[in-house]
Amino acid sequence: MPSPIQNPRLLLSHRCLPLHFPPNPFPFPPNPCRLVHRSAAALSPQPAPTPASQNLAIAAPPSSEILSIRESLLSRRRTAAEIAAEYLDRLRRTEPQLRSFLHVSQTAMREAGEVDRLVESGAELGPLTGVLVAVKDNICTADMPSTGGSRILGSYRPAFDATAVRRLREAGAIIVGKTNLDEFGMGSTTEGSGFQVTTNPWDVSRVPGGSSGGSAAAVSARQCVVSLGSDTGGSVRQPASFCGVVGMKPTYGRVSRFGLMAYASSLDVIGCFGSSVVDTAILLSAISGHDRLDATSSKHEVSDYAPQLVSLDHLESKPLKGLRVGVIRETTGEGVDVGVMSSVQAAASHLEQLGSIVTEVSLPSFSLGLPAYYILASSEASSNLSRYDGVRYGYQAAADELSSLYGDSRANGFGPEVKMRILMGTYALSAGYYDAYYKRAQQVRTLVRKSFKDALDKNDILISPAAPSAAYKIGEKTNDPLAMYAGDIMTVNVNLAGLPALVVPCGFVEGGPAGLPVGLQMIGAAFHEDLLLESMFLLTTLLASRP
Amino acid sequence: MALIYFRCIRMNRLFPHPSSPFTKKSSVLFCTLQASHAQVTTQVENLQNQSKQKEKLIQTATKKTLEHHKHGYEAIIGIETHVQLYTLTKAFCSCPYLYGSRPNTTICPICMGLPGTLPVLNSKVVEFAVKLGLALNCELSMNSKFDRKQYFYPDLPKGYQISQFDVPIATKGFIDLDLPVEFGGGHRRFGITRIHMEEDAGKLLHSEAGSYSQVDLNRAGVPLLEIVSEPDMRSGLEAAEYAAELQRLVRYLGVSNGNMQEGSLRCDVNISVRPIGQSQFGTKVEIKNMNSFSAMNRAIDYEISRQVLLHSEGQNDQIVQETRLWDEAAQKTFTMRKKEGLADYRYFPEPDLPEVVLTKGFVDEIRQSLPELPEAKRRRYEKMGLSMQDVLFLANDNSVADFFDAAVENGAEEKLAANWIMGDIAAYLKNERLTIDEIKLTPKELSELIAFIKNGTISGKIGKEILFELISKGGTVKSLIEEKDLVQIVDPATIEALVDKVLAANPKQLQQYRGGKTKLQGFFAGQVMKESKGKANPMLLNKILTEKLNAGG
Repeated sequence: MPSPIQNPRLLLSHRCLPLHFPPNPFPFPPNPCRLVHRSAAALSPQPAPTPASQNLAIAAPPSSEILSIRESLLSRRRTAAEIAAEYLDRLRRTEPQLRSFLHVSQTAMREAGEVDRLVESGAELGPLTGVLVAVKDNICTADMPSTGGSRILGSYRPAFDATAVRRLREAGAIIVGKTNLDEFGMGSTTEGSGFQVTTNPWDVSRVPGGSSGGSAAAVSARQCVVSLGSDTGGSVRQPASFCGVVGMKPTYGRVSRFGLMAYASSLDVIGCFGSSVVDTAILLSAISGHDRLDATSSKHEVSDYAPQLVSLDHLESKPLKGLRVGVIRETTGEGVDVGVMSSVQAAASHLEQLGSIVTEVSLPSFSLGLPAYYILASSEASSNLSRYDGVRYGYQAAADELSSLYGDSRANGFGPEVKMRILMGTYALSAGYYDAYYKRAQQVRTLVRKSFKDALDKNDILISPAAPSAAYKIGEKTNDPLAMYAGDIMTVNVNLAGLPALVVPCGFVEGGPAGLPVGLQMIGAAFHEDLLLESMFLLTTLLASRP
Repeated sequence: MALIYFRCIRMNRLFPHPSSPFTKKSSVLFCTLQASHAQVTTQVENLQNQSKQKEKLIQTATKKTLEHHKHGYEAIIGIETHVQLYTLTKAFCSCPYLYGSRPNTTICPICMGLPGTLPVLNSKVVEFAVKLGLALNCELSMNSKFDRKQYFYPDLPKGYQISQFDVPIATKGFIDLDLPVEFGGGHRRFGITRIHMEEDAGKLLHSEAGSYSQVDLNRAGVPLLEIVSEPDMRSGLEAAEYAAELQRLVRYLGVSNGNMQEGSLRCDVNISVRPIGQSQFGTKVEIKNMNSFSAMNRAIDYEISRQVLLHSEGQNDQIVQETRLWDEAAQKTFTMRKKEGLADYRYFPEPDLPEVVLTKGFVDEIRQSLPELPEAKRRRYEKMGLSMQDVLFLANDNSVADFFDAAVENGAEEKLAANWIMGDIAAYLKNERLTIDEIKLTPKELSELIAFIKNGTISGKIGKEILFELISKGGTVKSLIEEKDLVQIVDPATIEALVDKVLAANPKQLQQYRGGKTKLQGFFAGQVMKESKGKANPMLLNKILTEKLNAGG
């Protein structure tokens, strides 16, 4: 039996690639993914139901939850209020075990009612109309608290929406709540939250990954349709892998960081979680693009990722023909679980079956990435977190004089992991150590960029596991920070290079009541999100449709 | 404070015994001041007297320093100047900045440093930096970047200041200036080490009782240029003139209002003293808090004397690296804080801002748009044959110089135009607290006025009267002369008639004059002038009057 709070439809991918797991224990039939492209019609604004969408009404649900909601609203089969109530009900039932939310919106139902009035009026609907989106709590929302998972911001309410959140609202989304995270994004398990530990929907004794563990778990347990996370060193991809959902880390600068509480500014990106590649793509389209409030946001043109995905009508036998795929050699060796490795290898052979040319590629600087990442991220964090001083907002210690106001506010407000990273970063930037640490780490970063560039000159995409193992037990690594840091080896290099990467579930390993998901990471050249999404869409769709 | 400082020095000498309470720290001194031991109190008073005498010594020395004490020593002075840029919005957000606004009314989430906010550079800041860089003859960095300077203070909302560290936008320049004539004059060229862009911090408002402080973030994020000079200055005068020339320059360029009282131009001065011939620099002391050029001049000369005195008494180990403030009321510097080692600001490149890349086209465009700068102006006026005093006065203020240039362009003779501007016009402006742009007199009318006087149409005296009319009410010289019938009487017959009339009306005085009281000529001249309503040509009048007075005898 699947875990009671796991979204059964996600096990689709389990069906798709059941190569390293005992026979499928799930009783329901495989989901006909092919329906996805039919519902493409629903994407173009259509105030009234069409014959095509009526057909859909009797069909099995498409794999895109967003398109399905849209279809339901346009066909008047369901109201936004019904849909919201269903999700909120599930949220309430599962939350006591999962604890993925730090705050749940009080206005979601009211907003759903407004969506219904909008549908009634026949107005044009945004691409996320009526879609319940959860937002990681380090992303600012004007109508809800935003704590960054830190007690130092325990009572903080931002005066503004993050640009990504504003764009979600403009696209019609309903923000359902704020999800738990490792304090300010510093951690890989969500155990580092200042408030609560989130559990993994596949096995509640295990971590959901982190730092966007709340956002990943929420999508996995269908507490929301899609969610936003942030990825500084793997914080979207690793929890996506642990929770068996799709996670997208866009190119640095693709999505505005305005309103994202900075951890390491040169590495931070806002990313997306969805239960399907299509949902993830639709969400990414909604939040991408230049923002005049973020000088590092790119003016690179935004493709409409989703329609390209659903327009693939003719599914040939080898739709990925000619796609050059490089398996990163350094990610397949020691330290990677056997089960994880065989899932990734199986995915590689599936890619080959679909026509791609799979070869092995080496990134010589790969192992240097991890120490370089921890130096750069900690250095930037030590600076970015200086503003939490108890003077203007957030937790303020009672103190008689200035230095104890600073000292006590920060000592009591920050958790141990954050303090450790501030200390490491402060050390690395200190006079006399700067050259040995920060400067050298920057040189490594240049090397990493270059080796990715070389590899991506020869390949269209690179693949690797998203994490060396599946989800581990809560508390297993809390006393061994180095072991926890080592778990980020698969993901940090991508942040150093600023590249886009997509993680999709590609198999299962043993563990928990129903097995534990394993994620495949696919890395592309800068701003080639569309290629990643398209390839992964084909891989998942075609494999799902095969007998 | 200087008092404590000197007390400490003396104390160590007077109480060499380790058990003495005075040998520990100066703070102990304050405790003992309240102690009941009469003996101690007396000693303290003695110490105070001694230190007061020392104070006087320095103040007297300040006056004589340049001649006496400085003999054998030289002061090395370098200046860091912060210029607040006159941009519509702050450096990294769209808030305006208006000096004197109510606290915390020109702020937004970005300049408050709220979580999630990001800086976006105001391109005017770069434009202004390039302008000043070119005006100070600097090399520009075509690729520069911003860095974070990190320290904690309540007026610094992000916990770091966005600044430029190892790659400033401009380096290796110089500034030319002329010292005032009344101080002996002379031309100087001082090196500019670097110019960099940064943001200002907020302000702390301390409560009167000193029990709490409040933070005003209006100024946080206002763009600044920091200009670092080479240690080329040798006296308070040179330093003050350097600052004055910078002020002139930023005003000419329109990049700042350069107002010292409002803090738009702030100078931190580093001073060290060394025996002449020694190549190594002495320990440097920083002075802040001077809000006029004259205060700068005096503060620096005081500080030089203080250091020279310590040197000459063999106590140069008492000169410590510290920041001192200028106390305008007491006319002395006092310790604000001692520097304990070098502060580590942990600079690193600002990841939120892209590199600042200048293009040749951008720089060329700015170079071509530069106005004539003070130094060029002074050299041009000098070539006109104006005295250095005139040159310095006219070039001091861009709008005055423009007025002068326009008058000359309209045909006014340079020296005469300069005299009018520096004399009556300047006096009027000073009295009425106006700038030359705010008066109704135009340069064209000034040149007309000069021409009418020169060709004898009106007298200089009448010219002056007309001038004030023109300044306050406007109009043209020509119409005023016609309207008021002010044309000078140069016809001898007319003047003769006037003289006759006056003589006839004053037979008594005439008799007295002819009886030898020749001083009365002035009386007659005045009467004739009055009769002519001030229009009689004075030379003709006197000539005819003398003839008439003497002829009758």
